[in-house]
Amino acid sequence: MPTEKIRFDWITVALYLFLVLFGWLNIYAACYDESHAAILDFSCQHGKQLIWMGVAFLMALCVMLIKPRIFSNISYIIYGSVIVLLILTLFIGTVTNGGQSWIDFGAFKLQPSEFAKFATALALAKYVGDINTDLKQRQTQLVLSAMVLIPSLLILLQHDTGSALVFTAFLLAFFREGLSPYILIIGATAIILFIAALLINKFILIGILFVLALGYLFLWLSKRSAKDYWHIAIIFAACCLFTLSVDFAFQHVLESHQRDRIYVLLGKIEDPKGVGYNVDQAKIAIGSGGLVGKGFLNGTITKADFVPEQETDFIFCTVGEEWGFVGGLIVVAAYVLLLIRLIFLAERQRSTFARFYGYSVASILFFHFFINIGMVLGLVPVIGIPLPFFSYGGSSLIAFTLLLFIFIRQDADRNALF
Amino acid sequence: MSNQYSNRSGIVKIIFLVVGIIFVGRLSMLQIFDKEYKEKAKNQSLRNITQYPARGLMYDRNGQLLVYNEAVYDLMVIPRMVKNLDTNYFCQSLGITREDFEERMHKAYVYSPYSASIFMKQISKEEFGRWENILYKFKGFYISKRTLRLYSKPIAAHVLGYVGEVNEHDIETKPYYKRGDYIGKSGLEASYENQLRGVKGQKIMQVDVHNREIGSYMHGQFDTMAVEGMNLYTTLDADLQEYAEKMMANKRGCIVAIEPSTGEVLTLLSAPCYDPNMLVGRIRGKNFVKLNEDISKPLFNRALQAQYPPGSIFKVAQAMIALQLGVITPNTGFVCDKVLGCHNHPSARSVAEAIKMSCNPYFYYTYRRVIQQGKYKNIYKDSRYGLTVWREYMLRFGFGQRLDIDLPNVKAGNIPDTSFYNKWYGKDGWAFRTIYSNSIGQGEVEVVPLQMANLAAIVANRGYYYTPHLVRYYGPDSTRNPIYYEKHETGINKSYFDIAARGMYDVVHGAGGTAHKAAVPGISVCGKTGTAENYGNDHSVFIAFAPMDNPKIAVAVYVENAQGGGGTWAAPIAGLIIEKYIKGEVERKDVEEYYMNINPCQKLPLTKRVKKPQKR
Repeated sequence: MPTEKIRFDWITVALYLFLVLFGWLNIYAACYDESHAAILDFSCQHGKQLIWMGVAFLMALCVMLIKPRIFSNISYIIYGSVIVLLILTLFIGTVTNGGQSWIDFGAFKLQPSEFAKFATALALAKYVGDINTDLKQRQTQLVLSAMVLIPSLLILLQHDTGSALVFTAFLLAFFREGLSPYILIIGATAIILFIAALLINKFILIGILFVLALGYLFLWLSKRSAKDYWHIAIIFAACCLFTLSVDFAFQHVLESHQRDRIYVLLGKIEDPKGVGYNVDQAKIAIGSGGLVGKGFLNGTITKADFVPEQETDFIFCTVGEEWGFVGGLIVVAAYVLLLIRLIFLAERQRSTFARFYGYSVASILFFHFFINIGMVLGLVPVIGIPLPFFSYGGSSLIAFTLLLFIFIRQDADRNALF
Repeated sequence: MSNQYSNRSGIVKIIFLVVGIIFVGRLSMLQIFDKEYKEKAKNQSLRNITQYPARGLMYDRNGQLLVYNEAVYDLMVIPRMVKNLDTNYFCQSLGITREDFEERMHKAYVYSPYSASIFMKQISKEEFGRWENILYKFKGFYISKRTLRLYSKPIAAHVLGYVGEVNEHDIETKPYYKRGDYIGKSGLEASYENQLRGVKGQKIMQVDVHNREIGSYMHGQFDTMAVEGMNLYTTLDADLQEYAEKMMANKRGCIVAIEPSTGEVLTLLSAPCYDPNMLVGRIRGKNFVKLNEDISKPLFNRALQAQYPPGSIFKVAQAMIALQLGVITPNTGFVCDKVLGCHNHPSARSVAEAIKMSCNPYFYYTYRRVIQQGKYKNIYKDSRYGLTVWREYMLRFGFGQRLDIDLPNVKAGNIPDTSFYNKWYGKDGWAFRTIYSNSIGQGEVEVVPLQMANLAAIVANRGYYYTPHLVRYYGPDSTRNPIYYEKHETGINKSYFDIAARGMYDVVHGAGGTAHKAAVPGISVCGKTGTAENYGNDHSVFIAFAPMDNPKIAVAVYVENAQGGGGTWAAPIAGLIIEKYIKGEVERKDVEEYYMNINPCQKLPLTKRVKKPQKR
C-alpha cells in the first residue's frame, strides 16, 4: 500500500474548502465593523475562526497521513472517551446560552457533543461492519440503539436538544443497511399528525383520519380480508391515540421556549418582538438581499446586529443579505452536491464499515443542513445547531472536518484489501 | 449483502435533492417575490434624517426685518424602538400626564410603528436644554431641530400670512411634503411657498439594533444637501403699515396704499388686525379658533376679499370712459334735477365740477349716454352695445377681474356683462333704465378695496397702472416677477385724467368739495369720497393720491358701518396716511389722536340700517 498512490476525492475536498472559506467570509462580514476590520484580529470571531481553520486543516492533514484502518481499530476507544467526556461535561461543564455543553480549558472551550457525532458514527460503523453482526437480530438492534441513545441522552441532559436530535440522523444510515422503511414512514406520519393536531381541532382531525381509513378500505383495496380490517383498525386507533396525546406531550414534555418556537413556526403566535424575533429578523435579512444581494460587507441588517447569533447558527442570513438569491442558491447547491457526492462515494466502498460511515457522515451533515437552513428560512422550528463548515465555532468546525476527512481517507483507501 | 439495499441510495439522494429544491424555492420567495421584507429591512436599519432648510426671511422696502426664524425642537418617536421606558419618569420630565402619553403614543403607533413621527411639537430652547442630558435614557425618542416663524413687529398679519403643518390634502397632492412639514397657509407665506421653503435635504444613516447610528448609508451617495429658502424683499413700508394698523386698531375696515409709479403695495391691512405671532407655535391652535370665531372676522382679508358696491368713487372711472367715448366733453354740464337723489349743490358745469360735487344726476345722464349711444334704433340692442363697450373699459381699469397681486384668494368683484342682464331680464328685457344704478357705483357693480386703491393709482398715473404687488424681488439673484413690470394702459387720453385729478383735487381743496378733512398742510391731496351701501350702516369710503403732480402714494380707505359718508371718517384717515408716508411724521397730533381713538363703526352684530344717507 505505501507504494500505491493515494487518490483523494478532490471534488469533496473542493466543496469542503469552498464552504469553509465562504463561511469565513460571511463570519467576517457578520462581525465586521470599522474598528475590527483587521483580518487577524483575534479578539473577534473572524480572527479566532482563522485559528480554528488552521487547526482543522492540520487535523485533516493528519487524518490523510494516518492509515485508515487505525480509525476502525480505535473507534470504540474514541467512542468511549467521548462518552466519558460527555459525562464529565455534566459535572464540570460551563453553562452558555442555557446549555451546559462546554468544558473550559482556559484558552479554549471544548464542546464534546460536537465530537460525539463522529465518534458515534465510527463506533456504529465498526459494529455494523463486523462480520459477526447480523442486523436482523433483536440483540444487535438493541446494542445499536443503545450506542445511539447513550450519547444522545447525555447531550439532552446538557439541555442541548438540537445536538441530541442530530442522532436521529443515523436512521438514514440504518435505512440504507436494511432498516424497515416503515420506521421512517411512522416517523413522518407522527410528525405530520403532531403538526396537524396543533393546527386543527383534534376531533376534526380524527374525523379526517376516519374518512381516510374508510376510503383506504373501500376504495383502494379491491379484496378485503378480515386481516385488513384489523390492520386498519389498529393503525387508526394508534393514530387517534397519538393525536389525543399530542397536547399532553406538547404541554408537559417540551419546554416553554420550544413550544413557542413551534407555535411561531406554525403561525399560531405572531410575536416579532419576542419569541418570533430571531426568525423574523432572519427573514428580513435574507429577504432584503434580493436577487444579487447588497454586496460583501454592505448588509445593513447584518452590520447592525439585528439578527442574534448571526455568526453561528444564523450565518446563512449573511449569505442571503449580502450575496442575495444567487449566493444562497450556490451555498444550497454546494451542500446538496456534497451530500450526493458522499452517497456516491459511500456506495463505491467495499467495506460495510466505510459505507456505513459514509452514510453516517452524509446523514449527519444533511440533518444539520436541513435543520439549520430550514430554521433560518422559517421552515422548521428554531433548533440551535450550526451549519457544518460554515458557522463560527472551533469545536464544530474541527469535529465536522474530522468526520468528513476520515471518510475521505477511507475512500482514498477503498481498494486496499482487508 | 452489501448490495441488497443499494437501490435505497437513490431514495436518499432524492431526499437530499428535494430538500435542496424546497430551500431554493423558499429563498426565491423571500428574496425575489416578496417585497415585504425589503421594506421592513429599510425601515428598521435605515433612518432618514431630514435636513430642514431655514425658511426665507422677509424684509420691508427699507430693509427692516419682518419675518425670521427661531430654533425649536420637536421630540420624535419611533414606537417600535421604544423599550423599557420608565413611563412615569418620562412623563414627569416632559410635564405631561399619563393619559396624554398614551394618546400620543397611540397616534404615533397608528401612523407607523417603524418610522418616526412627532411625539411633541416645538419644545422651546430652554425646555430642551433642561432635559437634553437625560434624553439618552429614553430609547426610541430623539430630537429633531426645527425652526419657528417669528415676526419682529406685530403687523401685517394678512399680508405675511402664517405657516402651519401640512394637512392630508397637501400630503396627497404635493409629494414634496411629509407629515409634520410646514407649509405657508396664507399671505406671502403661501404665495411664495416654493421660494421661501428652500429644498429639504436628506441624510440616510444606518442604525443598529439599539437604534444607534453606525454610519452613513452607502457612503452618503444618496444624501442630499438642504437648500436654504430664499429671502423676500417686500414692498411694504413697515412704519406706514404699523401706523395704519394703529389708526384702524379699534375699527373695522381696510386700507390699501400703493406707490402709483410702480404698483408696489406700501400698506395693506384689514381691520381688526391681529398680531401674526398669535399664529405661531403651540399657541396657534387655540388662537386660531379664537380669531375664527370672532364676530368681527379678523381672519377675513377685507382688502382683497370684501366685495362692495363702490359708491361714488366709481364716478371717476365713469367720467373717464364717457370722455374717451366722446359722449361728453370736459365742459359738458347737466342740471342737478334730482333724477337721482342728491344733496344740495349748484349744477355741475364741467366734468371736474361733477367729480368735486359728486353730483348723482350728472353721472346718471353721463352713463345714459355711455349705455345708449344711439348707434341702434332699438334701445335694447343699443344698450347691449353700450354695456359691452363700457365693460371693456372698466376691465382695463382692473375692475371685474382678479388683480394678479401676489397674495392668495383675491376676489374679482363684478362688472356685469350683457349675458348677466340677459339672464335676469331676458335679451330684450333691459336697457339703460334698468341698470342706471351702476352710474353712481350702486346696482350690480362690485369691487374690492384693492381695485379702488388701484383706481386712485391710475388717476395718479394719468391713465395706466402696474399690477399691485407685495414683493419686489426674492432670492440671492434678486429675481423679479416680470408681470409686475408690465404697464397696463386704460386706453384713455391722459388729458382726461388731468381733468379727473383736477376734480379730485377740488374734492379736498376746492370750495364745495366733499372731503376737506383729507387735506394735509403743504401737500396737494386729490381724493374722492364714497359710500358703500350694505346691511347695517353704510361703509365710509375714500380714495386719494398725493401729491397731485408726481404722486408718491395712492390710497383707499374703507371704514365699515361708519355713519356720515366717506368725507367724515375715511377721508381724514387717508389724509393722515398720506401725511405719514410723505412727511415721515404726522404733524397734526390732535387730528391724529382724535381719529386714532374714535370708533365710528356700528356695534356688532349689525341690526339694521340706521338711516339711508345721500350718496356723495
